[in-house]
Amino acid sequence: MNDFRSQVEGQRPYLLRYASLQLRDRQAAEDAVQDTLVAALAGEAGFAGRSNLRTWLTGILKHKIIDTIRRSAREATLLPPEPDTAEFDALFDASGHWAAMPADWGNPDATLGQKQFFAALEECLGRLPKKTSDAFMLREHLGLETGEICKELGVTPTHCWVLLYRARMALRECLETNWFRK
Amino acid sequence: MLTCKEVSRLVSQGLDRRLGFGERIALRVHLMICTGCTNFSRQVAFLRKAVARIGDSTES
Repeated sequence: MNDFRSQVEGQRPYLLRYASLQLRDRQAAEDAVQDTLVAALAGEAGFAGRSNLRTWLTGILKHKIIDTIRRSAREATLLPPEPDTAEFDALFDASGHWAAMPADWGNPDATLGQKQFFAALEECLGRLPKKTSDAFMLREHLGLETGEICKELGVTPTHCWVLLYRARMALRECLETNWFRK
Repeated sequence: MLTCKEVSRLVSQGLDRRLGFGERIALRVHLMICTGCTNFSRQVAFLRKAVARIGDSTES
């Protein structure tokens, strides 16, 4: 039992880093990780050596992260304004063609084994506005459907698509500049 | 004929909702002749794969 406790505790730095990346709020990340560790220790039987400890803990943490985002969206009582889409105008010329054409990234899958690639990706994610990054991580990392994301964030489906579009446009540009063209 | 601006929006939405028949056809026609949008479409599909894998590695 004590052994299990120390193994779980040993994953705290990793979990904290994971939660911080997604929540971008140190306190909220610490709370989510604390809830996860408490739930894990109470549910040791549920683990029972079934899978990798870190994978199991990360699975619990994902649910805590979704709860946290849901709560913080509820606390924002004012209806958020529809997003401004003027920012995209600069990426295209007057006739709607790319101002700077997206490049061929070759075989990008080869970079998925590289730690440095993920550091670059996390750096790019960190530059997104909070709500944009929330929507994108809920969709692409936590695998929620857009309907659920709209509900969690309290936005319309159109707003949701704009947030996801904004995230993809910004991330592809950031990775192209900071990784694929380096 | 769709512009690249419209196509990039549709490509992104295509990852989040089922596009209509007309949208899919218009998209396919544009992608056949546009390198920039084809690259874009591959890039966002790759982003999906990469972001799903964050935290998967054994780094500590």
